[in-house]
Amino acid sequence: MPPRFTPERVRYDRRYRTLDKYRFIVGFLAVPLAFYALFVISPFLQAIYYSFTDWSGGPVANFVGFDNYEKMWNDERFWDSLQVSVLLLVIAPVLTLVLGMFFAYMITSGGRHRRGRAIAGVAGSSVYKVVYFFPQVLSVAIIAVVWGRVFNTNSGLINGGLDKVGVDGPAWLGGDETLGLISLLTVISWSFIGFYVVLFSAAMGAIPKDIYEAALLDGAGRARTFFNVTLPLIWDTVRTGWIYMGIQALDTFAICLVMVPPHVLKVTPVFLYERFRDGQYGYATAIGVVLLLLSMVFSLIVMRVGNRDRIEY
Amino acid sequence: MGSTSVNRRDVMKRAAAAGLLAVPAVGALSSCASGGGEENKAEKGEKSKKNPLGVKEDAGLTVYIFNGGYGDKYAQYVTDMYAKKYPKADPEQKPTEKIATQVQPKIVRGKPTADVVNNSGADQMNPGKLVHNKQVADLSEVLDAPSWDDPNVTVRETLVPVVEQMGRFGGKECYQLNIALTVYGNWYSKKLLEDGLDSSYPKTWDEMLAVCKKAKAKGIHGWSYPGGHPRYMFFSMYAMFAQRGGRDVTTAMDYLEPNAWKHEAVKEVFEAWEELVAKKYVLTGFDGTEAHTEMQTAWTKEGKCLFVPNGSWVENEAKDTTPKDFAMTVGATPSLDSGDKMPFGTLYSPAGEPFIVPAKAKNRQGGLEWLRMMYSKEAALNLFKEIGSMPVVKGAIDGQKLPSGTASAQAAIKAAGDNIVIPQFMDWYNELFREDFNNMIHKFMQGQIGPKQAMDTMQKASDRIMKDPDITKVKKA
Repeated sequence: MPPRFTPERVRYDRRYRTLDKYRFIVGFLAVPLAFYALFVISPFLQAIYYSFTDWSGGPVANFVGFDNYEKMWNDERFWDSLQVSVLLLVIAPVLTLVLGMFFAYMITSGGRHRRGRAIAGVAGSSVYKVVYFFPQVLSVAIIAVVWGRVFNTNSGLINGGLDKVGVDGPAWLGGDETLGLISLLTVISWSFIGFYVVLFSAAMGAIPKDIYEAALLDGAGRARTFFNVTLPLIWDTVRTGWIYMGIQALDTFAICLVMVPPHVLKVTPVFLYERFRDGQYGYATAIGVVLLLLSMVFSLIVMRVGNRDRIEY
Repeated sequence: MGSTSVNRRDVMKRAAAAGLLAVPAVGALSSCASGGGEENKAEKGEKSKKNPLGVKEDAGLTVYIFNGGYGDKYAQYVTDMYAKKYPKADPEQKPTEKIATQVQPKIVRGKPTADVVNNSGADQMNPGKLVHNKQVADLSEVLDAPSWDDPNVTVRETLVPVVEQMGRFGGKECYQLNIALTVYGNWYSKKLLEDGLDSSYPKTWDEMLAVCKKAKAKGIHGWSYPGGHPRYMFFSMYAMFAQRGGRDVTTAMDYLEPNAWKHEAVKEVFEAWEELVAKKYVLTGFDGTEAHTEMQTAWTKEGKCLFVPNGSWVENEAKDTTPKDFAMTVGATPSLDSGDKMPFGTLYSPAGEPFIVPAKAKNRQGGLEWLRMMYSKEAALNLFKEIGSMPVVKGAIDGQKLPSGTASAQAAIKAAGDNIVIPQFMDWYNELFREDFNNMIHKFMQGQIGPKQAMDTMQKASDRIMKDPDITKVKKA
């Protein structure tokens, strides 16, 4: 009951006050939460339900228990695709974040110490900041198509360049799995680095200059400054970026589908898509549920592993 | 606000907790919901002599055409015919390269916008699944109807028998109708082979190797492999399986019999091809989605290779890069030796370009009528003029001047006689071809695996499909 109708005696009870507080919060959040439940939570729950059925696109979906999961367990094609996905999950964040951090550090503090300033970016850093962000603006499909051309064995930019120096370029996308994986990693990292450069530059920009000045006075070089000052101070951002990039890597659907021929390699979401295409909707949703679990487990692990004391400044 | 004590941090905390539930990724999860089972009434008109299928004159018609090697002009011709007969219908044709993406979701929801679909291309819908889900109409009505040109003859009687055979999925109903005869095999330039290399078409595998050796001496690859579409190799391989081991071998593949892919004949065919790969007679380096056109350009324009595995659409698809005196020709697959069960000339020649009508199409009768028009002599002849391949309508192109590729294809069909083989498993268990064979042959053509692993992979895949409850099996009749 609203406070004004509540008897005096109850109104100041601690339990009532807690209840009242939640009532107030729910009042504010009710509409967005309802939308959220309708458009985000309920499809998830539906999908989880469908993963236990043999739904094939028709009006009938019979409950089949764990049959889809059993089928997945015995399906080599699933494990092959998962192997690729997990490799991406491990390598892509390392590659992207390390490079992103390097570029961001160069932009914020990689330059010469000019006019007595403790830190400065390399020359033209404001331009770089914009240029790095370009891939983020492009649609994924365009990125995949363009890079597909670049990697083309006979007429691509890379092999064309190699040809000029007398090297016979390999079949990047039409060849074996390792080369395909390298190509895929290159493109994923290329398209996400810009985002992390901007993210990390912002985090680095927030670090007070006097800390750098102190480090400079103590005679710390650039590498030392980075590892002992910058990195610890932006650690929270790095961890967030890590989780985000991991999930992106696990979800590399469009780039893989458009750029890499499926017989060379495929990531799990592409395998899932193919099951949808063949009308095995129940099975496909089961794969989706496993991907969901996987990304949650990954996030939890990174949060656990990356937990450090927060440094206040 | 009196006693209500809430601070901003509490609100933020709750909001954040709700946000956490939305673990990103798995976007695919959230995008599906099964359709309702509500029946929509198909538009129907009065049946009459002039209108044997009972088409409602003013019901709109939507035709989806795969816009690939054949383009969609040949179909527009039929759509125009429809518009002429039913001016109030205002039929509409939609060309697309993504059939499944554009058409299937609406069929699944039970509200198809398409009334007739050319289910073709790399993004085709799995026809077996559509049949199983009762999402496609039985087209026997078209076959039983009087033909467009002669009311005393049914449509069925005007077509080559392979059409109905391929439209059946184990039962009596016919769910899919194909319109063009495709001849698969080894395509080559007669000019290059006979004038350039001073050879004739190899009838045995030994001759094939000899021709390839001769070509290599001239700096030409005897063979080619479109790496982006490994499945093309099947076009040249399949007839050899049948030729070597007889129809039992291919029937066993169709019905997913145990050890179907472990037959001695299969092994010998793989071994023959392995030699071709090992001797580096194969031109590679075409990858990506345009691999087949890259290969065809290297073949026609640049003269880099002698044989390409292909189907009869290639003459039309590659016409922009083909020199006038190229003399494109198709050859049947060579025999391995005298131990073969079927003669040289055995041909892999199914009816291609499948059409379906969605079961719940709004203007189903119109869709059927469209197909009846497609099988008219007039449309069949136009089909041939437009895309250069042979229509399944008997006698439709008699007396026409044929381009060299089509002429050779027609000659090959004549030479084959009854020895025509068709891999039914491609329609029935699409993924066995599109995924498993494709993946396997890619490794094989790169020399990463040999005949034994190739056979094991295919057998394992065949067994997997046999056991998979999600895939409906076609039983031997």
